[in-house]
Amino acid sequence: MARRLPDVDVVIVGLGWTGGIMAKELAEAGLKVVALERGQMRTPEEDFTVPRIRDELRFANRTDLMMNTQQDTLTIRNNPDQEALPMRRLGSFLPGEGVGGAGSHWNGVTWRWGDMELQIRSRYEEKYGKAFIPEDMTIQDWGVTYAELEPFYDKFEKVAGVSGKAGNLRGRKIAGGNVFEDPRANEYPLPPLEDPLSGVMFASAAKEMGYHPHPRPSANASQPYVNPDGARIGACQYCGFCERFGCESNAKGSPNITVIPAAMRSPNFTLRTNAWVTKVNKDSDGRKATGVTYVNLLNGEELEQPAGMVILAAYGLNNAALLMWSGIGEVYDPRTGQGLVGKNYCYQTGTGATLFFEDKFFNPFIASGAWGQNIDDFNTNWEFDRRPHNYIGGSTIAAGGSNGRPIGYRPVPAGTPRWGTEWKRATRQWYQGAMGIGASGSVMPHRANFLDLDPTYRNVFGQPLMRMTFDYKPNEVRLTEHIAGVINRIADTMGAKHVSRAGPRRSWTSVPYQSTHNTGGTIMGSNPRESVVNKYLQHWQLSNMFILGAGVFPHNAAYNPTGPVGALAYWAADAIRTKYLRAPGPLVQA
Amino acid sequence: MSKDPGLQRRVFLKGAAAGGAAASTIGAAAPAAAQSATPPPSAAPPPQAAAAPGYMVLRPEEAAFVEALVDTMIPADELSPKGTDIGINVFIDRALASGWGKGDRLYLQGPWKEGTPQQGYQLSLTPAQLWRAGIEATNAHCEKAHGKAFDQLDAAQRNAVLTDLDRGRVTFDNGLSARAFWSMAYQNVMEGMFSDPIYGGNQGKAGWKLVGFPGVIENNRGRVVSSRDKRFEADPVSIADMS
Repeated sequence: MARRLPDVDVVIVGLGWTGGIMAKELAEAGLKVVALERGQMRTPEEDFTVPRIRDELRFANRTDLMMNTQQDTLTIRNNPDQEALPMRRLGSFLPGEGVGGAGSHWNGVTWRWGDMELQIRSRYEEKYGKAFIPEDMTIQDWGVTYAELEPFYDKFEKVAGVSGKAGNLRGRKIAGGNVFEDPRANEYPLPPLEDPLSGVMFASAAKEMGYHPHPRPSANASQPYVNPDGARIGACQYCGFCERFGCESNAKGSPNITVIPAAMRSPNFTLRTNAWVTKVNKDSDGRKATGVTYVNLLNGEELEQPAGMVILAAYGLNNAALLMWSGIGEVYDPRTGQGLVGKNYCYQTGTGATLFFEDKFFNPFIASGAWGQNIDDFNTNWEFDRRPHNYIGGSTIAAGGSNGRPIGYRPVPAGTPRWGTEWKRATRQWYQGAMGIGASGSVMPHRANFLDLDPTYRNVFGQPLMRMTFDYKPNEVRLTEHIAGVINRIADTMGAKHVSRAGPRRSWTSVPYQSTHNTGGTIMGSNPRESVVNKYLQHWQLSNMFILGAGVFPHNAAYNPTGPVGALAYWAADAIRTKYLRAPGPLVQA
Repeated sequence: MSKDPGLQRRVFLKGAAAGGAAASTIGAAAPAAAQSATPPPSAAPPPQAAAAPGYMVLRPEEAAFVEALVDTMIPADELSPKGTDIGINVFIDRALASGWGKGDRLYLQGPWKEGTPQQGYQLSLTPAQLWRAGIEATNAHCEKAHGKAFDQLDAAQRNAVLTDLDRGRVTFDNGLSARAFWSMAYQNVMEGMFSDPIYGGNQGKAGWKLVGFPGVIENNRGRVVSSRDKRFEADPVSIADMS
């Protein structure tokens, strides 16, 4: 029997970006807040110092900052007819673990998702007609608009110290920024980073072809910066140890240097690490969450933390698993289409080309995680006509490699020997002479892509592993077919000696690494028949529970998710502070 | 297999020489003639490689295999010293003795099924167990085809065996997945070539010097523009150098 702890106002499960934002905002509002983090404490002073943090083997290959699959993982399969098997070690995606979560080890690309995404069904039906949307594609509007989120995007960009160039300031289009973005009230807090050679070359070729290159918005600070909470952010050193690593220069906007230390300064906030939440508890009539049950990993004791509000802020996939383990809501069943928990799981897709030049020096180790030049002509450009290509969604196309770490980064043209003297010669030559052009592509939800519980495999606590069923559907294959052609046409103009051409991506595989942009499973929407949480991320049934993170996204765009993850967390925190605390109960009537 | 007198002798020699200065190169001595001439000074073996490292995990027969493997894949030439001279064999031994080798972060609960390639690694073996089973199976494959263990083959034969492994043309008689073993072995050799020297491989920073990786360098901020499209060169810096 779990030992019952004294009541608190708020319990937060997981302390990364979203948990950290909520912890700070609610502690400052005067609430007694406890955060439970299943991993360990992480601070830049102790964990991200040079030279130890610049260890490719430990952090990139052995995934030292990530979820430990020995304790908990997922089972995976491509379709419901297959038997799912455990993801026995991390590969395709890398959920974080420990204080800061994936916010410690992300690259820092920070986009705003606009109304093209937030009102996806309405927009496509309006422009292309209902029949353009395949019947088994379960896209839906998110229930929130860009105008509502804009101030919270702005806030998140200022907290994280994002570098970039506006392309649409209050409706005024600005060349050199992303002219396709939805209107911004303010310029980015910091000017763009310097460009790599690959970005300069790509931008020049893209511009020549009539596209609109612009710097990628980056939470790698281009200059020293003090954020509105007084957090000091250093200038990016272009060290090439960004994604999978913590930043020793405090130049990467991360919760470890911003919202978490700010929350820790509040006497209202308590952090318990090594605290593994196994269940959300609810009252007998299923109207309120009563708190959570967790295991203190330091001694194995099971504890119950009662709370007036429960905030699920774990990695998105783990929020869905917690609901399933807790019996909260009906788990999605693809045969009937019934159930919402686990519905609309999406991954991302993409493709890319590698260009090999005999007369260029790219110095790939001089790099920032999120720098480079991007074109959005096939993404947020709503004038881009999807009809001839017959798909919904879009792709960013960008150049600007994030690192030259040599265990992982050794591009060579196809046909190069795999070892021996000739391999060495080619590895040496092309390490300096190669650059990539990469696309990140959206993935639309599909009836047969979902999360549920595995019937066979269990985690260290004896709970069923969550089961992921996912593959790319014809919509996504057509998208990568089209975008591979665009990339190859750009690459062909750039004068490379060899080009490893882009091609379509047809099937999802759990190895090797592709992207940690997993979305869905606890989706948001405008009514309880098609969503787990409402527009304020409040659970439709348990009105004192809020679910944060990319699990609430009803579909996945081409863009990286952290911008809306942060903005939605601030938006939800604001709704709690200004609406919920005044009148606890549902903020949207079902 | 142990009936082969040559193998017995080798095992004895390896055992007897464990900790001795020659230990790390005995297995690779035979094909040395097939390798290229003396490397230029910049690629000379570093002092560390001369000191006998000793093995924590690898048994004599396994050490011979690993030494032959890394010297076949990374031969001495004008671009780098050979694999054993830059400690890739030592890297592999230490990796297998580490938490990683013992299955840290690896979900090892059954049942075990073969699965699809998309489902990734599905064996019940830790990396150390997979290396052991893989060496045994590869040697059995070589005995069957050539009457000799892998490390006793000449350089051309060893390259041919590795090519067959790399192209998925080998099926092990004992049921072990040759693909699973080879993909790990290949990756570990690359890790031993390019990881920080603190792990035992990449001695003299030979792997970093090969490509021009400057190591755990602290500050490129002033170089982004000044080094654009110019080869930036620096003596690589390792964790130990900065500690």
